Order: sequence, then C-alpha cells, then structure tokens
Amino acid sequence: MGLFLAQLLTGLANAGALFMVASGLSLIFGVTRIVNFAHGSFYMLGAYVGWTLMQVLPGMVGFWGAILLAGIIVGLIGVIVEICVLRPVYSAPELFQLVATFGVILVIQDLTLMIWGAEDLLGPRAPGLKGIVRIMDEPVPQYDLALIAITPFVAFALWYLITKTRVGILVRAATQDREMVGALGVNQSWLFTGVFFLGCALAGLGGAVQLPKGGADLLMDFNILTSVFVVVVIGGMGSLPGAYLAAVIISVLNVFGVSYMPKSTLVLMFLVMVVVLMFRPFGLFGKEEVAGEHGQVGEPERPIKPAGLPVRLLVAVGLVLLGLIPILGSNFTEVLATDILIFCLFAASLHFMLGMGGLVSFGHAAFFGGGAYVAALFVTYAHTPMELALILAPLGAGLAAVIIGWVCLRSTGVYFAMLTLAFAQLLWSLVFQWGDITGGDDGLVNIWPSAWASSNTVFFYLTLVICAGGILLLRHAAHSPFGYALRAARDSARQAEAMGINTKRIQWVAFAFAGAMAGVAGGLFVFSKGSVFPNELEIARSFDALIVVFLGGVKTLSGGWVGGASFEAVKDYLTRFEYWRLALGLLIIGVVILAPEGIVGSLRKLGERLGVLNTGEDKR
Amino acid sequence: MSAVLTVEHLSRSFGAIKAVDDVSFSLEQGELLALIGPNGAGKSTCFNMLMGQLKPTGGVVKLNGEKITGLLPRQIWRKGVGRTFQITATYSSMTVVENVQMSLISHHRRIYSMLPYAHKLYRTRALELLDTVGMADQADRHCAVLAYGDLKRLELAVALAHEPKLLLMDEPTAGMAPRERIALMQLTADIVRDQGVSCLFTEHDMDVVFAHAHRIMVLNRGQLIADGSVEEIRNNPQVQEVYLGGGMLFHAAEEKADA
Repeated sequence: MGLFLAQLLTGLANAGALFMVASGLSLIFGVTRIVNFAHGSFYMLGAYVGWTLMQVLPGMVGFWGAILLAGIIVGLIGVIVEICVLRPVYSAPELFQLVATFGVILVIQDLTLMIWGAEDLLGPRAPGLKGIVRIMDEPVPQYDLALIAITPFVAFALWYLITKTRVGILVRAATQDREMVGALGVNQSWLFTGVFFLGCALAGLGGAVQLPKGGADLLMDFNILTSVFVVVVIGGMGSLPGAYLAAVIISVLNVFGVSYMPKSTLVLMFLVMVVVLMFRPFGLFGKEEVAGEHGQVGEPERPIKPAGLPVRLLVAVGLVLLGLIPILGSNFTEVLATDILIFCLFAASLHFMLGMGGLVSFGHAAFFGGGAYVAALFVTYAHTPMELALILAPLGAGLAAVIIGWVCLRSTGVYFAMLTLAFAQLLWSLVFQWGDITGGDDGLVNIWPSAWASSNTVFFYLTLVICAGGILLLRHAAHSPFGYALRAARDSARQAEAMGINTKRIQWVAFAFAGAMAGVAGGLFVFSKGSVFPNELEIARSFDALIVVFLGGVKTLSGGWVGGASFEAVKDYLTRFEYWRLALGLLIIGVVILAPEGIVGSLRKLGERLGVLNTGEDKR
Repeated sequence: MSAVLTVEHLSRSFGAIKAVDDVSFSLEQGELLALIGPNGAGKSTCFNMLMGQLKPTGGVVKLNGEKITGLLPRQIWRKGVGRTFQITATYSSMTVVENVQMSLISHHRRIYSMLPYAHKLYRTRALELLDTVGMADQADRHCAVLAYGDLKRLELAVALAHEPKLLLMDEPTAGMAPRERIALMQLTADIVRDQGVSCLFTEHDMDVVFAHAHRIMVLNRGQLIADGSVEEIRNNPQVQEVYLGGGMLFHAAEEKADA
C-alpha cells in the first residue's frame, strides 16, 4: 500500500512538467492552428536556461527565481521565433507551418549543443527541499511534494487567465473564430504573438521545474514531444482541465508501468490513447475539431492533367540518365542514388495520401519501418529469399495500414494526425522493447540481397525499376477514377457523400495503398543496408517524409518525389559538417518563407510569370 | 399518377424545440413542388432529413413506397435521389466538366477503378449535361474561379448526371441575380416536364415560386399550414398572415404574371 501511494505521488509530481508543456502546446494550437513541433525544444531550452541561471543565482530565492526567469526567457525566444519564422507563413497552405517549426527544432538542437555542449547536465537540487519524507515507510522526495502542490496553482492561474480576464476572452474567441475576432478590431498578429509567448513560457517553465528530477540533455525535446502530443490528444485539443487530467493519467501510468510491466511502458501510453480516442474521437474534454474543414487556406489546388508528350519524353530522358549513373558515377554515387530513390518512393506514397486525400499523417514511418521489419523478420527467422521478402514487405505494411487506418479514420484533422503518430510510436515501442524477437535497439542485421543482386550496381537497377515504377503507379492512380474520388472526398465530403461515394472507405483504401507503397520502399531499404534498426519507425522518420512532402509542394503532383530527392541530396551533403542540423534547419525555414507553395509549386508559379508555362486558366 | 415521395408524420426536435412537427405530404411523378416558409420554419431541417443528413425523431420517408428513413445520404442517392445544396458544394480542385464526370463515374459505380484516366471517362455525356444547364462553354474552366450562379447551375448538372427520379433542391436560386433565378427555375421546370423527374425545392423568392411551382406547401414553425395550388396558396389568409406584409408581394407577383 505504501509503495502504491509513493508511486502515485511520483506520478503526480511528474505530471507537473508534462501539464505545463502540454497546455502550452494546446493553447498555441487553439489560437494559431499551428501544430508546434518545436514545443519540445522550448521545454529543453527551459531546462538549459534554468540550469545556467541556477548556477548564478544563489539560495532558495535564486532557485525559484531562476525557474520563473527561465520561463520568461524561453517565452521571449518563442516570440522571436514567432515573429521571424511563423509570421511570414501564416497565410501559407494549411499545416505548412509545421514544417517551419521542424526547422526550428533542428536550429535549437544545434544552438543548444554549441552553447551548453554535448554532456548531460545534472540538475541542482532545490534548496530547502533536498530531503525525503517518509510516507507509510516509503521515501518520497520533498521536491516531488512541492511539485504536486505547485502544479494545481499553475493550472488554476492559467484557468483564471483564460476564463476570467479580458485577454482570456480574446484568446477563447480567437480559438473559435479567428476572422471574426480580427473583424472586431483585435490586432490578430499581436494576439498570436502573445499566445506564443505564453505557450513557450509554459514549456520553458516545465523544463526548468523538472531540473532537480531529470536534469537537462539534448534528447529531451523529442522525448517529451510524444508524451505531450498524447496528453493533448487524450485531454482534448484546447482543453486545460483535459490536459491536466491526461497529464496525470499518463504520468501515473508510466510510473506504474515501469514497476509492473517494464517491457511495455512505452506501448501502454499509446494503447491508452487509442482506447480513449476509440470512444471519444476528440479527447476526453475536446470538441469536434473543424480546423481541417475550415475552408482551405491559400489557393485551391489546380486541376490535374496527365503529362503530355514533352513531359513524358523528359521523364524518359531523366530515367535514362539515372540508368547511366553506374556507368558514369562512382560506387558512392550508386549507393547515394539508391538511398535517394528509396526515400523518393516513401515520400511519394505519403504525398499521395496527404496531397490527394488531404490525410495528414504524422506516422507514415510505421509503414516504411513496418515493411522493413516484415522483410527483415522473414529473412532472419524463415530464411525467406529476397524476392519473396520484397513482396511480403508491402503486404505486411499494407495489412498494418488496413488496421491502423480503420482506427485512425474515425477521427479527422489534427486528431487523425495524432492517432497515426500514436500508432507509429506503438509499433516503434513494440519493436524497441520486444528485443527477443526484433533485436530491440541492436536491430536485425545480416539481411543481404540474393546473390544475383548483391552487387551495388545490380541492386541500384533493381531499386530504380521498382521505385520509378512505384512513383509512376502512384501518379497514375492520382489520375484514375479512384484518385479523383479521393480528391472529391477531400474537396467536399458533403457533396461526395451526396453523390454515392463512401468517403471514409475511399480514404481507407488510399491509406492502405499508400502504406503498402511505403512498405515497398521499406523492403528495399533493408536489403540496401543489410540491416534495420528501430529508428526507421521513429517519429523523426515520419517527420522527414512529412517535411519533404510539404517542401516539394502538397498541391502539386510531383511534390513528393521532388522534395524527397532534394532533401535527401542536401542532407547527404550537409551531414558532413559539424553543425549540419543548424544549416538544414535554416535551409528549411528559408524555403518555407521564400517558397510557401513548395519547390514544385513555386517553380510552376515562376514559370507562369515568365510565360514559359500556361496558367491553365484563360484570362477572362 | 403515383407518389414518388411520401412523407408521413415527419418530426424532428432539438431539445424542446420542434423544428419539424408532424409533417406529412406526398410528391407525384413529374411534379414541381415548392416548400416555402419564413426563416426558421424548418425547411432545411426537413430537407436534411429527406436526404439522410439528419435523423428524424419520428415519422417515415418513403421513396416509391420503400422506406428510406435511417439510410445514409449516399444510400439514398443510390436509390435515385439527387440534391443541390443551399451553400454550393463542388470539387474546387477539378474543372467544371470533371465535377460532372465524377458524378457519372459514381453513377456507373467505377469509383474504385484504378486503370483508366478519369478525365476521359464519360466526357461526352458530361458535356451534354453541361449543355443542358448552359455551362458547356465553361466546361474546362477551373471550378474554383466560377461565379456563384454558375456553381449553382453546375450543381444541377452534377445532380442530373445520376438520372434522378427525384430532385431535391435547397434554395436553388439563393445568391443569384433576379434574371438568373428565373432562368434557372425555367430550366428546372423544363427538365421536370421533359424527363418526368419529380422535384421538391425550397425558395425565398416568391416570384420564382409562383411563376414555376405546380403546387406549394407552406411551413411555419415546423408545421405545414397550407398545401395547395398556386391560386389556393395565394388566397389563403393564414399564409398571408404568416408572411406579414408579404401579401403585397403575392399580389405584385400576380400582377406581373398577368402582365
């Protein structure tokens, strides 16, 4: 009983930081509609800034002062980010801003590394609260009790601010209808900036307040990000009580998970989320999310046409040139080109679902990594030949997509995105924690192609044929009745349903199709590398694909693979430098600001302006 | 003549408010029936129940004697009911003709087909339909740049692509210029006459209603207060009371019709 209580208290204490970060994310999303991927980074900054301040400021006042100051400083950094990075892209197409926030993650990561170094920092203990209290004979740190006491105050202050003050009224009004608030004479940009300050300050506060428990390290940003997403989704986007309750549930669950089911702690969190969303698709306290359907931001997509003869010839020439790589290039170019091709197919499969279907998935890596693991497991345990494994990979990934899609498509918009993320993380944690079968962190190794394809050159040609074929297949599907029906469901679900189209089923099929195509890419990936590790299922891998699709251009047909090729090539070049993340992050932010319609979209615009391309619309 | 649509005791409450209260009527084949009433009378609620967007709290809707209450919009559509929306809903990323083709593709049950090019399917038929509504010259324009009145006409073509037995039009002329309204309703009346389609529509513009409807029903506070020919409705004192001051409008319309 004593142990039980002690664990409950630990869970409650852990909930504090989680709640602060989650409520910040939720606020920012509610008002600005930005899914701030960089929120974990602000949390990390809070920890580092707080640590530095605690070195300087002495005593108990210094300790708590440092935490408050850290919150304010991080909030100000958030303001800088909002003004420099996000303001220019508010008018960009829906969800495009999240690419910018991903760039911010990379930049903050490297800046933190530059300033504070790679070593983990041990948090100082709180003056006056260094001891432990014995509750029913179990030791409970005093600081935990302090946290348990503080969190409700923060929650209450926030609740008061949002529900009782004038600023809160504006924030809530903006959450419901931004345009109307703007029309009533409220300066929207400053409201957004203010909310960003508050959200980031909360994240910073969360980071600083947990210093005595967890310290500061460079992995904190991604580590907390998933939990925060889960908390926000379980609680319901934009709901403060929901965020608090969910933070408590998740933290307590984690503590108990560690002691009773150490092999499934990570899985547990996502299982809870899936179960909650099965019964309440918009979270415990959330309302139906209409962001996705709230009118398309930016220009509507252009009608598509199959490529004419000149473009087809161009594609043929391009493919021939690619085919010449082994003859003209080095061994290294061959391997690099193989990598890029595989990544292009992966990105194109996401683009099909995201661009044509409007289904923003945050967890597409589930099917890439899933396909890779299916192939690797069959080779390892059944000694399946490569040819068969390459067929089983998409089948396995497709099957996973059928199941995952069935659950995820019950929600829409940002909840759909979060659910896909949760499933990807679920698969990741399964693979990671089920080491006996999957090798866990050590991965599965020694998975090589069949003898005939074992040379880099032959494998390159194999990849070229499959990937180019896959991309062309996806492209053809976009022009087929199925692709049209998918776009119809995206453009107007109401009209599509009133025209006999089962929109959910169409989207489900598209989800499975895209999953299977990602599985093809995953299968090829295993054989090109000879091994697979859990990071192929990671959140970062999903984000890679997502960013590539946005960078290439969502509202274009070729956005997926063009973005994939550029990103992978640039990344290959940049990773040779020490601070490559900084460079890549700045590059991403630059593209987002300068080319809000993505590479292909902006090139098309440029072509039209120069008169090289037909605008497709007669000037009446 | 046989009833295409039969509505029996249809009701819908939202809390204590009875938005539609025990409404019964039937629609004959080839009939152009107008449902009118002041704002908040329950017209759109009624429509949404007929189309399956909203579940009734009571009553039955029958299509050719077959019960369709409780079916989903897409299932009702499959049974041969076409509809146009009060606020237009078209596919903004497609061209005008592709919007109609999409409807034809669904009509021929080929939405899951992955082999052919969609833009080549049923194009001729789609152009014919666009010609019917006078949109053929705009067939290859991007749907997103159309004027509102043109979107309304496009929606009609989209609905007709399914060869509906019954056409439900929720305020088909809302937001159109007066001349366009008359033209669109004339077009609808022609289609009803030529193709034997039955049509139920709601409308605020009394000129349009009196000029074209074969029969008129008046809804007020969820209840049907009158159902009869144009002449009967025009002279119904209860209806005149509901449309306070609207009586002038009726006579104005009458004079116009006489002129």
